[in-house]
Amino acid sequence: MDFIQTIKISLRALRTNKMRSFLTMLGIIIGIAAVIAMMAVGSGASYVISQQIASIGSNIILVIPGATTSSGLRTGGGAHTLTSDDAKAIMSECPSVSMASGTVRSSGQAVYGNLNWSTLIMGGTPELFEIREWPVISGRSISQQDVDSASKVCILGLTVVENLFGSADPVGKVIRIKKIPFTVIGVLERKGQSPQGTDQDDTVFVPLRTAQRSLARENHTNNIAAILVQAKSEKLLTDAEEEINSLLKQRHRITGSKESDFTTRNLSEILAVAEKSAQAMSLLLGAVASISLIVGGIGIMNIMLVSVTERTREIGIRMAIGARKNDILMQFMTEAVILTLIGGLLGIAIGSVGATIVSKILSWPTLISIQSISVAFFFSGAIGIFFGLYPAKKAAALNPIDALRYE
Amino acid sequence: MSAVISINNIRRVFVMGEQQFEALKGVSFDVNKGEFVAIMGASGSGKSTCMNIIGCLDPPTSGQYFLDGLDVGSMNGDQLADIRNKKLGFVFQGFNLLARTAAVENVELPLIYAGINSKERRSRAMAVLEEVGLKGKEFNHSSQLSGGQQQRVAIARALVNNPSLLLADEPTGNLDSSTTEEIMNLFTALNHAGITIIMVTHEHDVASFATRQITFRDGYIISDNKSSNKERKA
Ligand SMILES: Nc1ncnc2c1ncn2[C@@H]1O[C@H](COP(=O)(O)OP(=O)(O)OP(=O)(O)O)[C@@H](O)[C@H]1O
Ligand SMILES: [Mg+2]
Repeated sequence: MDFIQTIKISLRALRTNKMRSFLTMLGIIIGIAAVIAMMAVGSGASYVISQQIASIGSNIILVIPGATTSSGLRTGGGAHTLTSDDAKAIMSECPSVSMASGTVRSSGQAVYGNLNWSTLIMGGTPELFEIREWPVISGRSISQQDVDSASKVCILGLTVVENLFGSADPVGKVIRIKKIPFTVIGVLERKGQSPQGTDQDDTVFVPLRTAQRSLARENHTNNIAAILVQAKSEKLLTDAEEEINSLLKQRHRITGSKESDFTTRNLSEILAVAEKSAQAMSLLLGAVASISLIVGGIGIMNIMLVSVTERTREIGIRMAIGARKNDILMQFMTEAVILTLIGGLLGIAIGSVGATIVSKILSWPTLISIQSISVAFFFSGAIGIFFGLYPAKKAAALNPIDALRYE
Repeated sequence: MSAVISINNIRRVFVMGEQQFEALKGVSFDVNKGEFVAIMGASGSGKSTCMNIIGCLDPPTSGQYFLDGLDVGSMNGDQLADIRNKKLGFVFQGFNLLARTAAVENVELPLIYAGINSKERRSRAMAVLEEVGLKGKEFNHSSQLSGGQQQRVAIARALVNNPSLLLADEPTGNLDSSTTEEIMNLFTALNHAGITIIMVTHEHDVASFATRQITFRDGYIISDNKSSNKERKA
C-alpha cells in the first residue's frame, strides 16, 4: 500500500473524531509550545547577556564606596571614601590589574544654542574608554593632559549629539554644562543599552579632574564615585579583586573586624547571576515541556488504544480483503504521528507567539531559530512514533476472523 | 482436472472457557477448477466455519488444506493476506462494509492493498459496480443503501481484484427473487468465464444454479451431488 493512501486513510479517521483528535493533541501542543518558548527565551537571554558583556567591556571590576554585608546589602552608600589616588594606586600596585580609572558622575543640563538636554555627566581618565572598549568615531578622546590640566573639554554620546546638534558635526562647538562652557572634542561610538536598561549613549564625558573641580557639588575635589578596573585576563579576575581589597584596606587603614568602607564587584559575576536566572527560566520551561510532552504522549497512546478497539471490525475487514499486518501497523502509526505533528505545528505557532510576548515584556530579542523549530517538529514526530507503536502493534496483531466477529 | 481446493479431514473446535464446541468434525472434499459449488445445510451446521477456513481467514484445528496445491497451513500471515487479496474474493454473510465510506471506496479497498494506483482503482471499482447493477449509487455510504444494495457492494468488492476463486456466504440472503436471479445469472456468467465459485445458501432455487451441491449437518458432510447440465437452470 502506498504512503499517500495511508495518510489519506489516517486523515479521514482523524476527521471523523475532530474534537477528540484536538483534545488528544493538547498535551503535545502545550509541550511543544513550551519547548519553543524555552529555546527562544534561553537563546534570547544568552544573546542579551553576551551583548551586555560586550558593552561593559571584559574582565571588569567595579570598586564603589560603602560596605556590603554578606547578604549583599550596601551600607553607607554614597560615602566619599574613594579618591583619585586610590585609583592610581590600584593601577600601579596591583600586578593582576591592567588599567583603572576613577569616575565621578552627576546629572545636569547640557545647552547648545537654544537647545538643552538633561543628561548624565561623567568624569573619567583616558583609561576609562579603553576599559570600556569605547572608541570615538570623530574627533579625539580625552587625553591624560586634559585630565592633568582640568581642561574644559568634553566628548559626547550619540544620544546627546542627536538631541543637541541633530545631524550637524559637534566637534569644535562649545556647549554649556551647568553654565560652564565646554569645547566638544569628540563623539563616541554607539553603545546601546546597559544591563540595567539605561541608554549608555545619553552621556557627556569630561576629564576627571575637570569634573571634580567644576561640577562636583561640594568641596571633595579629590573624591571619586567609583573606580572601574580591568584585570589583565579573565583568569586573573579573582586575583585582581583580592589585590584591590588588600591594597585598599591597607590604604584606608582597615584592620581585623573593622567594616570596609568600599566594595568590589566583579561585573561578570553580576552577569553570571543574570545568566543563571535565564537558565532557571529555561529549565522551568523545559520541565513544563517534558512533563506535558510525556502526558501528551500517554494521551495519544490512550486514544489510539480506544481507537483500535472501536475500529476492530474495520481492521478485520481490511485484513480479510488483503491488508498485511504491516499495512495495519503503518495505518495506526501514521495516525499517531499525524496527530503529534499537527499538535507540534500548532505548538510551534503558539510557542512563537508566546516567546514574542515574553520577549516584549522582558525587552529581550526573540530568537526563534530554524533549528529550534525543526527540533520541535521532529521531536513531536518522535513522540507519535514512540507512543503510537504499542496501539499500532496491538491492531496489527489482531486475528482477522476474531476482529470481524468483534461486536 | 486439477483441484483448486483440497481439504482433508478438517476439524474446527471452538474453545469458550471451560466449554468446547466442535463446529466441523472432519470434513473432506476437493473442488476442481471451474466448478460452481453450493453448500447447504441447517443453520449452525458449520457452513460459515468451513467457508472461513477455505477463505484463509481462520485456521482449522486439525486437518490439511491445499489451495492450488499449496499447503495453506504452512503459510505465514503476510502470505495468507496476499492470497486473500489476489486469489480469493469473499462475500461475507453480514456484508462487512466500512461504515461512513462510499460504495466505490469500499470496492476499491482490495485494490489499495494490491498496490494499484488511484486512477485505475477508481475506474475498476466503477466498472464492477456497474456490473452488479449499482450505477448511480457509487457515492452512497453504506447507511444510504438498502440491504440488497449493500450485498451487491460486497459482491463487487469480492470481484474487483479478478479473483480465480469466489467465496460467497449467503450472497442472496437479503435479496428479492428477481435480484436473486440477477445475481445468480452474474455468478453463472463469472463461472462460465472460468471463475471457481463456492457459495453457501439455504435456498434450493439458488443452489440449483450451481453444478454441485454439498450438504452439511452438525459439522459433517452428509451429501455431495454433482448435478448434470440438464438439471441446471439455464
Ligand atoms: N467463534 C465461535 N465461537 C464459538 N462457537 C462458534 C464460533 N463460530 C461458530 N460457532 C459455532 O459453530 C457452529 C457453526 O457455526 P456456523 O457459523 O459455521 O454456522 P452456519 O452453518 O454458517 O449457520 P447459518 O446458516 O446460520 O449461517 C454454531 O453452532 C456456532 O454456534
Ligand atoms: Mg453462516
